[in-house]
Amino acid sequence: MNVLTDNFALYGKGFLGTVELTVYASLLALVLGFLMASFRVAPVGSLRVFGTVWVTVLRNTPLTLLFFAVLLGLPRFGIVLPFQLFAVLALGCYTSAFICEALRSGINTVPTGQGEAARSLGMTFGQTLGAVVLPQAFRSVIPPVGSTLIALAKNSAIAGSFSVTELLGTYKTLNELGYSIVWSFIWIAVGYLIITLSISALFNVLEKRWGVAR
Amino acid sequence: MTAHAPAATALYDVPGPHARRRHLLYGLAATAVIIGIVAWGVVLLVDTHQFTAAKWAPFEYKGVQELLLRGLANTLRAFGYAAVLSLALGGLLACGRLSEHRPLRWAATLVVEFFRAMPVLVMIFFVFVALKVQPLPALVTGLTLYNGSVLAEVFRTGVNAVDRGQREAAYSLGMYKTQVMTHVLVPQALRAMLPTIISQLVVALKDTSLGFLITYEEFLHAGKLIASNLDYDLPFIPVVMIISPIYIGMCMLLSWLATWAAKRQRRSPKTEAVEVAPAEPVTMMPGTGAHP
Repeated sequence: MNVLTDNFALYGKGFLGTVELTVYASLLALVLGFLMASFRVAPVGSLRVFGTVWVTVLRNTPLTLLFFAVLLGLPRFGIVLPFQLFAVLALGCYTSAFICEALRSGINTVPTGQGEAARSLGMTFGQTLGAVVLPQAFRSVIPPVGSTLIALAKNSAIAGSFSVTELLGTYKTLNELGYSIVWSFIWIAVGYLIITLSISALFNVLEKRWGVAR
Repeated sequence: MTAHAPAATALYDVPGPHARRRHLLYGLAATAVIIGIVAWGVVLLVDTHQFTAAKWAPFEYKGVQELLLRGLANTLRAFGYAAVLSLALGGLLACGRLSEHRPLRWAATLVVEFFRAMPVLVMIFFVFVALKVQPLPALVTGLTLYNGSVLAEVFRTGVNAVDRGQREAAYSLGMYKTQVMTHVLVPQALRAMLPTIISQLVVALKDTSLGFLITYEEFLHAGKLIASNLDYDLPFIPVVMIISPIYIGMCMLLSWLATWAAKRQRRSPKTEAVEVAPAEPVTMMPGTGAHP
């Protein structure tokens, strides 16, 4: 028990590091995922190809390899950024592929007739998208996006091994200070449970408020 | 991975001649931008001297090639162990979750939910650091616990998705529960779940790269060794350019196998009593989720 109370500041720093990483990477993943999903459903062939390649490659890339390439590779091109930013970049790009697929299948659940009806009422493309298709798609993508973001929070643990401050990395300091390894890991596990359960709770609220009634 | 636009979607009508001309224009513009980005990347590579002979020389040496192949073999070994053991653990845990004995069911549920909610890396590090195990067993243990728990859920939902009539018919023929399971439900569920199972194996294959972080001598580790060699002018980018296509190619091959199995299964009469399974084991149970 005293592992936690003695090192509360250390754990707090790690916990906040993981939260920050998760929040920023989630935002990046949502934006990029939305962009790629819109590419993949666009009527323009080259954009569709680009979106498809992006998703196929990133979905089949081991995240460690991506971290390896981004955090150790980009500096060789003279791109020097804080490691945390690199980690956000790697995590965000990786997760964007999964977000893209979730959004795309959400858009595909909207029946074709909905769009046809909207257009036959004289709605413009923007109106069809904003008032008819996306609101319906949004309802059905809440659960898969939630699961993807939970996975992102769990994946952020990899960043710790690339000198980014985050929760799992705290075990090293604790180990050097001579604290019980088992207990330090138990508190790390509790930290991750808090984060994943919070995301899950958030998405459960969203689902209750806007989800498809089943 | 088809890039064809569907004939009509909720988003837009089938384009007419005017719209098609406009789309062609957009397409050309987009292609130009994409080519520009790719060209910029290539220029960056050339500018930072990534294609100099010195940086590519190490790959001509037999020792370096063997190092890479050994790394690849170690990656595949870890994947093999992890795949077999997770399938076994998944089967065991699924039996537990489908059991009629309440304590057993609860215990299995607790195990499955806990290991699905933990980052797989935390388990690997725990086994590696706290239990002081060699890297390979630590990696395999972590992967097995995580993927086994996810597969247990896949198996369970698969068995539950088999049409109720099948189970009822089997019971009414006087079969025992074990017989109903092994002769009627599991064969149908397994066939229907095959794509999902293979997709989960892709996750396991991708996660073997986590062994890099606990100094297991796998593919990435071999790459790191070559990349940090001063004699060859630190050939980091060439190493990445060689390793990533192989890694991504292996995962794509397995993913493609899953897609192929899914397509085949959709035509097969042997799985028609099972409701078509979701592509990913997505749930909104507290603290869990598909691990992309």
